[in-house]
Amino acid sequence: MATKTETKQTYYESIIKQGYSRRDFMKFATYITAYMGLESSMIAQVAKSLETSYRLPVIWEHYQECTCCSESFIRSDHPIVADIVLDKISLDYTLTLMAASGHQAEAAKLATMEKYRGEYILCVEGSVPMGDDGNYCCIAGKTAKEQFLEAAEGAKAIIAWGSCACNGCVQAAYPNPTEATPIHKIIKNKPIIRVPGCPPIGEVMAGIIVHVVTFGRLPELDGLGRPKAFYSKRVHDSCYRRPYYDAGLFAETFDDQNAKDGYCLYKVGCRGPMTYNSCGTIRWNNGVSFPIQSGHGCIGCSEEDFWDNGPFYERLTGLAGFGIESSADTIGKVAAGVVAGGLAAHAIAANISKRKELKSEISSGKSNEKNLER
Amino acid sequence: MRTRTYKRVYVWELPVRIFHWVNVLCLTTLAITGFIIADPPALMSSAEASESYWFGTVRFIHFAAAYIFFFNMILRVYWAFVGNRFASWKAYFPRDKKMWRNLWHVLRVDILLQNEKNPDIQNISVGHNTMAALSYLALFVIALVQVFTGFGLYSSMSGWWLADLFAWVVPFMGGDFIVRTIHHAATWLFILFTLIHVYLVFYHDWLEGRGEVSSMFGGYKFVSKERMSKKVPNRTNVKPPVIEPEPETTH
Ligand code: SF4
Repeated sequence: MATKTETKQTYYESIIKQGYSRRDFMKFATYITAYMGLESSMIAQVAKSLETSYRLPVIWEHYQECTCCSESFIRSDHPIVADIVLDKISLDYTLTLMAASGHQAEAAKLATMEKYRGEYILCVEGSVPMGDDGNYCCIAGKTAKEQFLEAAEGAKAIIAWGSCACNGCVQAAYPNPTEATPIHKIIKNKPIIRVPGCPPIGEVMAGIIVHVVTFGRLPELDGLGRPKAFYSKRVHDSCYRRPYYDAGLFAETFDDQNAKDGYCLYKVGCRGPMTYNSCGTIRWNNGVSFPIQSGHGCIGCSEEDFWDNGPFYERLTGLAGFGIESSADTIGKVAAGVVAGGLAAHAIAANISKRKELKSEISSGKSNEKNLER
Repeated sequence: MRTRTYKRVYVWELPVRIFHWVNVLCLTTLAITGFIIADPPALMSSAEASESYWFGTVRFIHFAAAYIFFFNMILRVYWAFVGNRFASWKAYFPRDKKMWRNLWHVLRVDILLQNEKNPDIQNISVGHNTMAALSYLALFVIALVQVFTGFGLYSSMSGWWLADLFAWVVPFMGGDFIVRTIHHAATWLFILFTLIHVYLVFYHDWLEGRGEVSSMFGGYKFVSKERMSKKVPNRTNVKPPVIEPEPETTH
């Protein structure tokens, strides 16, 4: 499959060739426009774009990862996403799904990289181990670092899928033995779209990749390089338990009555207020649910260093350098105690050390009192 | 028995005093609501969520107090350029020998509690002593940290351009987690500052008796007569009296 390199074929042509009807195509255009976060007036433009633009070659690389991003992607809601975008049209190389293997696969990748130099989109799933000279994670005889630098060289743009490629995720958690490094820290001279999440939502991934291949440019990004359409709001902002939060009604433990009543999970560690993602609106598994709806707080999987940011079930974050267990509050309380003790000691010492001065002040004060006119 | 004559000197102008007390109120409110937001108390209630909004109100108070704190701070910075010499920005940076000598003096006499054989009256500060001035400078920096992290966290909830000016902070720091942790930890620095600040005010008032505590209400401190410039004219030959009608205190 994936080694096909027919060039002069538009997306529309290949969709029709796959046996989809014009009607299916229009439904797909409508659906994907909505997911891209565009207005319904843009549907025509998306359809037009798919009809007239030629396929962009896509190389999808896997490094230090668990493939949950690919899993999420192929489960996205609409058949055309998996069928057309993933299988038939765009992917020239992806280890997990392509039929070709071994030398054949590597040869196909190289051919795409040569032929479409400066044009192909590089999707990266996973972080790149930079430690020990990049000597970890060898694929087809090359280290991930070599593979990545080679593929990134000729890419038009890079999409960093998931928290691994965006932040390093679990393998970058302290002490990060392999120096797992996110993409944007390695490549500085290419446009990079960061799509964090462990994994990102399938529809989000589909929306982004369709945006890039149909319009030939990146979607609007925020300050961290994430598409605004999906990452401009916190989970908390679209959480259906938000009224409980504002009302100050919180579950204290996972088995108390408040939890059963569906109260806000803030006090059992929900990271929704700090996590930028679309889980509350798009949800998971074709919109069935998302963690908070299933009674579990958000763990903030799309945020930087979420793994190192304190216990998932408590509202405290460890302070780096003070040990995992010490929160800002424990340190603060100890410091306040020490300072208060020090001040008390200082007060006593001051009265002793300055006793002569004080004595004369006090006695002059007293004598003045006596001399006061009656 | 030694008797000293003190002159009443206007040190803290009204805007400085207003700033100080507004700041006290804001900091107290911000710290209390901040800790509640970080760890809300457990309330069992059978009320419908739609009937109650207390946590939202606590957050509202926090944000409102933050705005007041911020604008109050800006006014104080403005006053550092137009106010008297004790309010001036120049008082906060040790620039000359005298200020450095004062720093050394405060360290030895007030912090390490040594006694001087021949106290130099020049070392008794009228406005801030150099050590205190530096501590306020540090407090100003911490306040900036709170403003930047706080408005940074707030910006995504706000449509106003002022809060949006800080929208870059969160991406710059890497995410809400770390910004929030800094915001939370810095609160403790305010608490530590307050402990020390209040103690030292009482300390100076007790040992020096120059109206340290009351100066932040009325604005006056008492300064030894010897330090009045010789050029200060006598009341008799001056039309508008420069110095208040003589509430001299002796002790
Ligand atoms: S459950 Fe989490 S995301 Fe939802 S309102 Fe509570 S704190 Fe916010």
